[in-house]
Amino acid sequence: MTQPPDQTAPSRLALAHVSKSFPGVKANQDISLSVRPGEIHALLGENGAGKSTLVKIIYGVQRADEGGISFDGRPVEIASPKAARKLGIGMVFQHFSLFDGMTVLENIALGLDETVPAEELKARIRAILDSYSLPLDPDREVHTLSVGERQRIEIVRCLLQKPKLLIMDEPTSVLTPQEVERLFETLRQIAREGCSILYISHKLHEIKALCEAATILRGGKVVATCDPRIETTRRMAELMIGAELKHLQRPSGGGKAGAARLSVDKLDMPGEPPFGTSLKGVSFSAQAGEILGIAGVAGNGQAELLMALSGEHLAGQPDAIRLDGRPIGLANAGARRAAGLACVPEERNGHAAVPEFTLAENVVLTARHRLPLAPSGLIRQGPVEAYAKDVIARFDVRITGPGALAGSLSGGNLQKFIMGREIGQKPDVLVVAQPTWGVDAGAAAAIRQALVDLAAQGSAIVVISQDLDELLELSDRLCVINEGRLSQARPVAGLKLEEIGLMMGGVHGESHVAEPAHV
Amino acid sequence: MFEWRRRREPSKAMLYLSPLIAIGLTMLTGMLVFGAIGYDGLRAVTAIFVTPLIEPQRWADLGVKAAPLIMIALGLAIGFRANVWNIGAEGQYVMGAIAGTGVALLTHDMTGWWILPAMALAGIAGGAAWAALPALLKVRLQVSEILTSLMLTYVAVQFLYYLVRGPWKDPDGFNFPQTKMFSTSQTLPAVAEGSLVHVGVPLAVVLALVAWFVLSKTVAGYAVRVVGRAPAAARHGGFDANRVTWSVLLAGGGLAGLAGLLEAAGPFGQLTPQFPVGYGFTAIIVAFLGRLSPVGIVFAALVLAVTYVGGEIAQSTVRLPSAATGMFQALLLFFLLATDVLVRWRLAFRARPA
Repeated sequence: MTQPPDQTAPSRLALAHVSKSFPGVKANQDISLSVRPGEIHALLGENGAGKSTLVKIIYGVQRADEGGISFDGRPVEIASPKAARKLGIGMVFQHFSLFDGMTVLENIALGLDETVPAEELKARIRAILDSYSLPLDPDREVHTLSVGERQRIEIVRCLLQKPKLLIMDEPTSVLTPQEVERLFETLRQIAREGCSILYISHKLHEIKALCEAATILRGGKVVATCDPRIETTRRMAELMIGAELKHLQRPSGGGKAGAARLSVDKLDMPGEPPFGTSLKGVSFSAQAGEILGIAGVAGNGQAELLMALSGEHLAGQPDAIRLDGRPIGLANAGARRAAGLACVPEERNGHAAVPEFTLAENVVLTARHRLPLAPSGLIRQGPVEAYAKDVIARFDVRITGPGALAGSLSGGNLQKFIMGREIGQKPDVLVVAQPTWGVDAGAAAAIRQALVDLAAQGSAIVVISQDLDELLELSDRLCVINEGRLSQARPVAGLKLEEIGLMMGGVHGESHVAEPAHV
Repeated sequence: MFEWRRRREPSKAMLYLSPLIAIGLTMLTGMLVFGAIGYDGLRAVTAIFVTPLIEPQRWADLGVKAAPLIMIALGLAIGFRANVWNIGAEGQYVMGAIAGTGVALLTHDMTGWWILPAMALAGIAGGAAWAALPALLKVRLQVSEILTSLMLTYVAVQFLYYLVRGPWKDPDGFNFPQTKMFSTSQTLPAVAEGSLVHVGVPLAVVLALVAWFVLSKTVAGYAVRVVGRAPAAARHGGFDANRVTWSVLLAGGGLAGLAGLLEAAGPFGQLTPQFPVGYGFTAIIVAFLGRLSPVGIVFAALVLAVTYVGGEIAQSTVRLPSAATGMFQALLLFFLLATDVLVRWRLAFRARPA
């Protein structure tokens, strides 16, 4: 931060009293905010607070019902993303729209509004990569790149248009700590050159480290604006959820490990072509009463490991996976659940739950083995609905009742239901991927508390997550999965963030591109 | 002026209303088309869609035509629910009739209550065996059942032609390509003395109720629905998609085979080259018109039976060509698929022109 942004110039972006409604929801109500030239401005809020809708309005994907937008002091109508790009607004989405089988160059060319000859485009891309010291090879195919590198493609694609405002939507959710630090360097440089950045996130310490101003949304309204460099993270979190934050209650004398409940011994499994990751000699054990965390950057075998443990992919050797000493390597998902091993995959719609089914019907999907819901092949409606109601009440699922379609729930709400459905069955071993991904802070705390409580009752829990903060808060021991290999588990107490980051990104990161010296 | 807006939840009302809208559009289009080529369009549509319903002497015929459609469509709908696209029910229908007729020819000189049940079992087995081939190919080699089941239909029909012109030709039949007439022990009894309605008609309704119960109240039916809606979730829940594929194809083939046998032992009383009338294909329309729900299928089969009976009426009264029936059925399927969009989208007036 070399010089303070010019206070006299008109706002780069100013929203005045913007409102937007959808049937049944007021997504944005009377929102005003302004972003100065060269400012990194945080848009902060929980899921469902209206951040996405607001950003979609700014980027021309949706139109505001009321209110006005002005850009560099002039009132503007942003009718489409193309119009937004023409004004000088670029956006990097949380989920990248890249073709895995094409090169970086081809992907960038596809996203441009004008046609540029390949050689000229390559030269322009190289110029940007050089001036921001971004390591990225334009000729590599996307499926060989790490998530951080993929994100760089999107950033370069925006920078090619010489933007005046760059919107970043939850950019760090899948990055290693080192990749996050490098992204911040890039963003600071972009801002220094006069481009404003609207940074959407719910990770408060990142906002503190990066942003100069913050607008906090809750329930579709602006509840506060502040300077995150001087505000405490706790205060911002409480503004965000509109309530006091609860601390995780750990049982007294926690951390005493019991007998091994789940042991995995040299588990090998070929990945599904073309882009699956093979599991190579994965070994670990989870003990009664403990939470074992598995960290790692997305796409390093987490999905494959979960499917291997749940029984959706079979290992082929019976004793590669043991539950309380019994070999279950050949048992399918239903048999494993009956034996006491429950799993929650990362993808909710279509994997952990059927979106077109009601919540009650979704109870039958995974709870019929351990609860007497269909003892003789006949589904008993009464107990099914009773269990669904119980889960809804205990996990505070905000919904009319067990007859609601799973697909009509917000992501966080559905996750609460799915976690509740599994935890309520009191499994001996619970394996969960991304337990609080997309869940608001209050609900995330409740889910983490439920996991801690389940462990306290003697179950073993394995949490596979990309959210290091969460793993450090929850786990007793932590290991890292990298290119299908699992590291030794180490006690979390005394483990440094940098060490884990190195374990995560060490091999997979950017070994193939020369590292610039300044990192 | 108007634009499509996505509904927040699929509309329950439109789920049931859109088939009725499709029927209305079919009648309107048919009226315009036949009017344009010189027929009395209104009379033609009235003859096809209204006359069969208001003349009581046609009702028995409606029931007899609806029964095989119900049975076949039930089997297809169960498969469609599981994302298994068996469109070769016509072949399974023919093979069921052939297997049942085989039993009939073997027992031609015998009498006894057991003969018809034995023929029915053979019919089910014949249809199921014919559907087992696509099942095997799909599960083992991932061959699309759409192709295999359809192509096997033509094999079945050619096999029927071969049998009635060759080994099974009635020696006392004046060289006509047809089998012997079935004996009284081999013919379906009527529900009442002198009625055209045979026992297959109430049986079809009972089977629809059984299918409804299995689909909505049992774990087996749940497996079918979940495999079709979300294969990954099905595997997560411990359901075996291959087993479901086998079950729904065998059930669908068995139901089509039973329908074939009932048709052979009922209205036909023998096998002839005219036996395959396309019920197996029409049943696809029935399944979709009935929203893949067993109860809906009973009503949908009645609608299609109306087009068959009405088509015959229109041939004699309005001199419509016999192909008109097929055209109306095709129009119905077309509008049905088109109006489906109303379930998830709604037409809204755009306030501000963009």
